[in-house]
Amino acid sequence: MTARRRFLRFFHERPQFKAWALLAPGLIWLVLFFLIPLTMMFGYSFMPRNVYGGVDFGFTLENYGRFFDPLYLKIVVKTTLYAIGCTAICLLLGFPVAYAIARGGRFRNFLIFLIMLPFWTSFLVRMYAMMFLMRDSGLINKTLMDAGVIGTGFEMLSTPFAVLTGLVFGFLPFMVLPIYASLEKLDHALLEAASVLGARPAKRFFRVTLPLSLPGVIAGSLLVFIPALGSFLTSDVLGGAKEILVGNLVQNQFTSARDWPFGSAASFVMMTLVLGAVTLYLRVRDADEAMGK
Amino acid sequence: MKNQRLPYWLTLGVAIVFLFMHAPLLVLVLFSFNDSKFSMEWKGFTTKWYERLAERQDILDGLYSSLTVALGSTAIATVLGTLMALALARHQFRGRRAMEALLYVPIVTPEIVVGISLLILFMAAHVPLGLGSITVAHVAFNISFVAVVVHARLQGMERNLEEAAMILGADEITAFFRVTVPQLWPGILSGAMLAFTMSFDDYVITSFVAGTDAATLPMVVYAMVKKNIEPSVNAISTVVLIATTILIFAADRAGREKPLTAEKAPVE
Repeated sequence: MTARRRFLRFFHERPQFKAWALLAPGLIWLVLFFLIPLTMMFGYSFMPRNVYGGVDFGFTLENYGRFFDPLYLKIVVKTTLYAIGCTAICLLLGFPVAYAIARGGRFRNFLIFLIMLPFWTSFLVRMYAMMFLMRDSGLINKTLMDAGVIGTGFEMLSTPFAVLTGLVFGFLPFMVLPIYASLEKLDHALLEAASVLGARPAKRFFRVTLPLSLPGVIAGSLLVFIPALGSFLTSDVLGGAKEILVGNLVQNQFTSARDWPFGSAASFVMMTLVLGAVTLYLRVRDADEAMGK
Repeated sequence: MKNQRLPYWLTLGVAIVFLFMHAPLLVLVLFSFNDSKFSMEWKGFTTKWYERLAERQDILDGLYSSLTVALGSTAIATVLGTLMALALARHQFRGRRAMEALLYVPIVTPEIVVGISLLILFMAAHVPLGLGSITVAHVAFNISFVAVVVHARLQGMERNLEEAAMILGADEITAFFRVTVPQLWPGILSGAMLAFTMSFDDYVITSFVAGTDAATLPMVVYAMVKKNIEPSVNAISTVVLIATTILIFAADRAGREKPLTAEKAPVE
């Protein structure tokens, strides 16, 4: 018997072993460079700070206690509100776009391409593009001044408006694609049936189209909410020092402030919010599926 | 979803949203050719900002680092992710659901959390920071994306051809390389393209695990954006934009092609 056949027979007789052999390399990588670091970070969040970076041994709850300080509590609340606001605006802008594409006829593929394009483009470059438009000497201010609407340029960067606009600009494609996917699957016969039974277009939309697109709406909302909650670049580039979100707080603790335990605790506050959103998503999705059956 | 025309107000609203999504990048590209250092006024066409780029050693070094990291991490993540997808789609084993859940953890974890947790690990284990640590980090977040894309492709794939090959005398290894891999190729390629773009574009995770000596292209661009000096930032952004657009077209073409010769052969 050749080595090749012995090799094949070995795995053929042990199907479980074969599955784990396929999984092992990726699994080991994920455990070593994902689960272990996250566990270490969780441990660090309970340790006292070492002023030179890193931690001292010991146990403390002080790092989490600091989140009851109004200064930091405000950052957490603000981040959550921005993420919710961004999701709501994306839904408001994204649904009509997805709807129009689904009915877009021969332009459909081109329109989908236009939605995919920013999805693949460097996020950093896109945030810079926003900054380029919004800065004091930027195109928006200049156009308004030339048109005589305003006398002097006004400050748009470092405002909640700039950060929220940047977040929506950054994550809108994540909302459009899943809604489009569920609208595209919609059975045209159902809409015809509604019309035949006497439903006007508006009623038909609210009673048939909207409920059937709900899975896409829910998925899109999660896909926008999570990165908005964890965002760092948007507020860093467009918000400057004034608009601090949890992401900037974390980054700051690991760079200039050198308070790794507090930074780790802040990361876990962020992770808890993300996991809360995922759990909520799974609940709503399951409820929606159960209703469909 | 067709037949009736969209109402006029809806078409207009959607057009405005599309403008919002694309106009900022068009303006950025346009002004990379503007012959003026500070002003937003159009002073004539020039390519001098691009010429400046080619003179800057840090940009060329950054490009080289980014390509090295992206190629290396894509190769590793594609192999590991594809193997995991095969196990999940083709085999029953205990702990399957837990494994699927584990695959989604890197996808939902915020980038900044990935970055600092890896920094903690590397510092504690005294791993030297540089291109090597960046590559390790990129593989860690890319395995899941490759696995999910390939898994989706595998679920829509029938096993008939593999079975036919085995009936005709191919053993499992031959059937895998001659039938499964060619059939799965478009899925593997789109997974790899996704991994490559994510690695090539990543700033947040990279900035934490890069240490002081290594700098990828996004890190160079970030430093330029922060200093906000001259239209060179627009020029380098345009270069990055064009590079990724070419990649999407390549990925799209690769995703459509079916290199399996059996399908092309005429049916008699």
